[in-house]
Amino acid sequence: MAFVGLSAAALKLPFFGVEGAQVDAAECVGTDISATDKRLIVSNWPAYIDPRRKNTSTATVFEQTTGVTVDYTADINDNSEFYAKVKNQLGSCQPVKRDMMMLTDWMAARMIDLGWIQTLDVSKIPNVTANVIDPLRGLAWDPEFSHHVPWQSGLTGMAYNADEVDEVRTFEELLTREDLKGRISLLTEMRDTMGFLLKVVGAAPDDFDDDDWHNALDKLQSVVSAGQVRAFTGNEYIQDLAAGNIVACEAWSGDVIQAQVDNPAIKFVAPEEGVMLWSDNMLVPNLAQHQANAELWMNYYYQPDVAAKLAAWVNYICPVKGAREEMEKIDPDLVDNPLIFPDDEMLAKTMSFMALDETQITQYEGEFADVTGG
Amino acid sequence: MASAAGAAPLADVDTSTVSGRKRGRTGYLLLLPAAVWLGIFFVVPFYSLVATSLFDPSGSDSRGYDMTYHVANYWHVFQDYRGPLLRSLWYGALATAFCLLLGYVLAYAIAFKAGRWKNLMLVLVIAPFFTSFLVRTLSWKLILADDGFVVNTLQAVHVLGSDGRLLATPVAVVAGLTYNFLPFMVLPLFASIDKIDHRLIEAAGDLYANPITGFFKVTWPLSLPGVVSGTLLTFIPAAGDYINAQLLGSPNQRMVGSVIQSLFTDANNYPAAGALSMILMIIIVAMVLFYVRRAGTEELL
Repeated sequence: MAFVGLSAAALKLPFFGVEGAQVDAAECVGTDISATDKRLIVSNWPAYIDPRRKNTSTATVFEQTTGVTVDYTADINDNSEFYAKVKNQLGSCQPVKRDMMMLTDWMAARMIDLGWIQTLDVSKIPNVTANVIDPLRGLAWDPEFSHHVPWQSGLTGMAYNADEVDEVRTFEELLTREDLKGRISLLTEMRDTMGFLLKVVGAAPDDFDDDDWHNALDKLQSVVSAGQVRAFTGNEYIQDLAAGNIVACEAWSGDVIQAQVDNPAIKFVAPEEGVMLWSDNMLVPNLAQHQANAELWMNYYYQPDVAAKLAAWVNYICPVKGAREEMEKIDPDLVDNPLIFPDDEMLAKTMSFMALDETQITQYEGEFADVTGG
Repeated sequence: MASAAGAAPLADVDTSTVSGRKRGRTGYLLLLPAAVWLGIFFVVPFYSLVATSLFDPSGSDSRGYDMTYHVANYWHVFQDYRGPLLRSLWYGALATAFCLLLGYVLAYAIAFKAGRWKNLMLVLVIAPFFTSFLVRTLSWKLILADDGFVVNTLQAVHVLGSDGRLLATPVAVVAGLTYNFLPFMVLPLFASIDKIDHRLIEAAGDLYANPITGFFKVTWPLSLPGVVSGTLLTFIPAAGDYINAQLLGSPNQRMVGSVIQSLFTDANNYPAAGALSMILMIIIVAMVLFYVRRAGTEELL
């Protein structure tokens, strides 16, 4: 049936244009069968939860205490790709057979804008409203957690290999230092990389205009033309850093912690310009059938002891207050790690990227891709 | 030879006129599954691609796209992405040339010199396909790593400067393309060369042709069908490839495949992505048609 529907949709397209993907979430509410059908279908990124096979893992304990069977798939590898995957269904008010999916801030904001995400019943997630850490509260695109709940957070900063080069302190150094020439990499994630470049040219990433943007882009172009940048990468930069092909790079905090286990010489730096703080967020898509179970899950993971157990394994920033105290019992080594429980100094430096409308997304992503593509 | 083979069934039909109509219907019935398959998975997506490339470029996901027959899309993307487009054709051509050089020697050796090792060698040619394309390309990253054996050796013999490197250069990208598409060259070449009657080559020798003349007057012309299909099978995917450029190259080696991908997924600029795909396809089809005409092996198409 789905197959027939799909080809019919494809047949409708040609030469008649494509209808907008904007829908009204209030008109695409699924019947909640949580009470009778005790299941929950979750899509997440790979390696983003402690191993579920273990009897003591957070997911197993959730299943045992609530009686809900979790159907968990790690099928999100890239925000844009996942968007392309669900666009046809969600954009025409059809179910995606998922109750929860985890997407990064900007993509979450975009999906909420498009009306693809259901409104949460805030009264059912008291742990969330009580325990979210302060820097993640009051975000412009969803201040009250009525559509999103952070799963894990992370920092975008820099990393370098201390065996090969001296400490890299600022992003500007990364882009200009002679001994790093041709041996650095930047991220293909436009908001991460351009956030820093805007800062380097003296603009504010959370509030900039077209002139600032073009200044920052020209700066990036000049750095690329000078041969300073070896590659723009996704996750694979961390292997290059470990293999010595690059000596310094723009980096995500979680990757660096995991790489440090094998090679202590790899260091994370919060550049003087600032760090980007982001989260991957739990979202309930339109026509989800187990929203109440999804809310149980959210509430469960916002208990400090559960959050600490998860953080001890995934090594990203834990968005839950009180988890730090619980971590004392699990792994005291991690308690003082600012990349899991950021200190005030680190949090004071966080910056975020301005929300973009669709025209800006097409223009900025396109122009950024033109520079990163030579 | 091919025309003779083609004439035989024709003659067959002429002699059995009695059940001609029925037979025709069976033919169409047999065609049906393939036609449906092609219709759903080729014609419809292709139609949709052509349509997308002509959409109004000011559309967006939330508002939708209007069909405005905006042909200027083509001109704009050609101006914007001429670089990666030409680079792809150039890298594809280089890789094809290297594949032909390496593949011809290999196919010749397998066909004429391998003796009882022939089957084993053929299996070895195909063996890399048992692992994923991505894994094979990633392992080239290890081979060509900056402090790896290859780079160190080349530095020691001063082919590369002391801070020279192979990764993130065109050399690595073309090498990766050559490696990944070599089997597509070897197999058709082998099929052609293997069919050559060895007595013809001996005859050339008997008629006082030296080995070089003999090769170019006898072996090469007889292996041409393999050369043509091998170069096509190599060039077409190599020019559209984006994995090698992405994993082994730097931003300055980006090929048109990754441009299309980022236009589509990151920038959500579907009209531009569609137009660029169409341009790539038109260029390749035009080149292939021209090439096949010149090579004089129309029966391939």
